[in-house]
Amino acid sequence: MTEPDLLYSEAETDLRSAVRSLLADRAQPAAVLARGETADPYDAGLWRVLAADMGTAGLLVPEKLGGQGAGPRETAVVLEELGRSVAPVPYLTSAVLAASALLACDTARDEVAGPLRALAEGRRVAALAIPLPAAPGAPPPVTVRADAAGTLSGEVSAVAGAAGAELLLVRADGGLYTVDAASEGVRVTGITALDRTRPLARVTLAGAPARRVAGEERATAAVDAALLAGAGLLASEQLGIAEWCLAETVRYAGERYQFGRPIGSFQAVKHRLAELWLQVASARAAARSAADALAADGAGGVEAALAVAVAQSYCGQVAVRAAEECVQLHGGIGMTWEHPAHLYLKRAKADQIALGAPGRHRETVAALADLPAP
Amino acid sequence: MSTIDADGLRRRTAALLAAHDPATTDRLDFLRARFDAGLAWVHFPAGLGGLDAPRSLQPVVEAELAAAGAPDNDPRRIGIGLGMAAPTILRYGTDEQKQRFLRPLWTGEEVWCQLFSEPGAGSDLAALATRAVRDGDTWTVDGQKVWTSGAHLARWAILIARTDPGLPKHQGITYFVCDMSDPGVEVRPLRQITGEAEFNEVFLTGVRIPDAHRLGGVGEGWRVASTTLMNERVAIGGARVPREGGMIGVVAETWRARPELRTHDLHQRLLTLWVEAEVARLTGERLRQQLAVGQPGPEGSGLKLSFARLNQEISGLEVELLGADGLAYDDWTMRRPEGVDFTGRDAGYRYLRAKGNSIEGGTSEVLLNIVAERVLGLPPEPRTDKDVAWKDLPR
Ligand SMILES: Cc1cc2nc3c(=O)[nH]c(=O)nc-3n(C[C@H](O)[C@H](O)[C@H](O)COP(=O)(O)OP(=O)(O)OC[C@H]3O[C@@H](n4cnc5c(N)ncnc54)[C@H](O)[C@@H]3O)c2cc1C
Repeated sequence: MTEPDLLYSEAETDLRSAVRSLLADRAQPAAVLARGETADPYDAGLWRVLAADMGTAGLLVPEKLGGQGAGPRETAVVLEELGRSVAPVPYLTSAVLAASALLACDTARDEVAGPLRALAEGRRVAALAIPLPAAPGAPPPVTVRADAAGTLSGEVSAVAGAAGAELLLVRADGGLYTVDAASEGVRVTGITALDRTRPLARVTLAGAPARRVAGEERATAAVDAALLAGAGLLASEQLGIAEWCLAETVRYAGERYQFGRPIGSFQAVKHRLAELWLQVASARAAARSAADALAADGAGGVEAALAVAVAQSYCGQVAVRAAEECVQLHGGIGMTWEHPAHLYLKRAKADQIALGAPGRHRETVAALADLPAP
Repeated sequence: MSTIDADGLRRRTAALLAAHDPATTDRLDFLRARFDAGLAWVHFPAGLGGLDAPRSLQPVVEAELAAAGAPDNDPRRIGIGLGMAAPTILRYGTDEQKQRFLRPLWTGEEVWCQLFSEPGAGSDLAALATRAVRDGDTWTVDGQKVWTSGAHLARWAILIARTDPGLPKHQGITYFVCDMSDPGVEVRPLRQITGEAEFNEVFLTGVRIPDAHRLGGVGEGWRVASTTLMNERVAIGGARVPREGGMIGVVAETWRARPELRTHDLHQRLLTLWVEAEVARLTGERLRQQLAVGQPGPEGSGLKLSFARLNQEISGLEVELLGADGLAYDDWTMRRPEGVDFTGRDAGYRYLRAKGNSIEGGTSEVLLNIVAERVLGLPPEPRTDKDVAWKDLPR
């Protein structure tokens, strides 16, 4: 076994700087908080710059299909930054989950290549209509029927990124379909979400016109490939969340005085933050390993499956822990709406579940590392 | 201590019910009659809602009254009055203060809040900067308090303020009862991570407090406040609960009702937490038996520590267990609630609200310090702020 490349390349570092400065400009916590109160969960202006102008929507997509021809490692870097700012953009849902599903279909066909190009160029936002939580290795239930005329009917609950998506990728019996979200027979109803920066919706289809982009078998594989890529790259978002929480808490602990000294001078606080640093450093290794394995191995390999399961088993907990520590070590201020800590707490908690809870991923580890249950 | 026993209490309760049939008596009239019969809090003195009976006999009264369908005083609405103000008034109040405040406090006619924390004085509460200046029989108070739960509902507040900045910080504090309807009291809501505004900022500008509303001696405020704080910790973490009471009961119900959500991993974690919750409950019960008489000591901190940790872990597990429902939230509308229920609403709310359990009433870090220093007797950290005049402290 060759060890994964766990560092960031120069290009990846440049990409990070560009995304970070955009987000510093346009996704300050106050703006993110205010966005949650509006009817538009996503910041369309920010998305345009990030997805289209900077081209990050197409990082996973080959150049000949309209993308940047980069890959999971670069995508992971964008997700780290998006995690650090809990930015309300449909990156994970459109540029990762939906793009990965389409990439696993036959891209030589127009009905696949067309939407993929629009998505990669940031012209359209797509969502993979599967009910969360969903984890790789466990096909989500299929709750939509296709009739003889090729239209779809049924309902999918708790779809991330469906609100605001123009194109829905729907798993129905018989295959994977694309559905124009604006067409007759499609209803997308928002669900009040714990994490308001990544909205959830119920998708109801009643005779909705659809195009089939993959048959039954390929559809199953495509959804699983999307979930694997999604879970693996979500680890980088979780890393970003944890990083922000650690940095912000360290900063606050150095500034907040009680008992005539900074609270960060108390060993009880210091040790907690040092422990958290160790976990964040470990989460970085796990997340980079998953991204690198997805890049090297594609979605089919055992190494990628194991690296993703390890990363998801680990990073989700670290993000939640970091956000919880952030609230706790801020004291009363950490419990307020005005302070951004809760945005990270809610994102971290939702992320911990969305693409398979840690216990689910540990079961995958059990299978792949030959550690069977009793 | 009176000699009344469980049977005596049952008889008294029956007499109360006979004279004031809950079915036909106005709620408030019933509660007042219950107070006057000494059945409000039986361990309080006669004439102040009690009968000098052992505290452990209170459940006898509660059970009889519940069986008869009698109204209660809605303790969730008046937790600060019952859990913190009342024991402090009982211990340090004058006879007039006890007569004036305890009855409407217990019946819920007058809601209380706690004006302790300030922007610069949370864990280091003794550093507080709100000033009270005396002029004859009246004090004038200026300053800002923060995180004041229920200030928007309160008629009275327990307040600590600095009366002598020239003394070291613990010595120059005095404890008052503050009239929340004074025109100098301004209450502004502070929204919480749950979406609601349970707590508030309170601005005090030229608030007038008669000296008759001072609780304890001038400069004695820290000692009086310590009584409040120790009672607060017991009030938050020390409530008597049946097996599977509180947060663990909620998730246990979900577990039984939703077999499709079960996994081996969650099962093991649930069982671990169930055992810990049961042991925490027994620990509380044991402590209560030890303290059947007398005031809570630093040991109460231990109860609150376990309570906070378990509430957080259990509610976190519940969100995970619920999956899709855990990703949803019932309502983010900004509201100013009437009270607080840690196990109320949905799993997301419980998870978020539980985060406050390790902050309110003294953070878990501070409580661990208290256990280490006052229970275990370990030497304190070196302090530079204890013997310096408050006005000379670095800020
Ligand atoms: C939901 C809620 C309701 C509340 N209701 C009321 C109320 O009704 N009335 C009222 O007066 N107050 C109320 N409070 C305030 C509460 O008592 C304070 O928030 C608490 O004492 C902590 O103070 P702080 O917020 O200033 O945090 P800080 O004291 O600034 O603490 C920040 C962090 O530093 C840590 N820390 C501080 N000192 C030490 C140390 N020596 N060693 C190790 N760690 C340390 C703390 O544990 C915490 O994690 C409420 C708070 C909450 C969250």
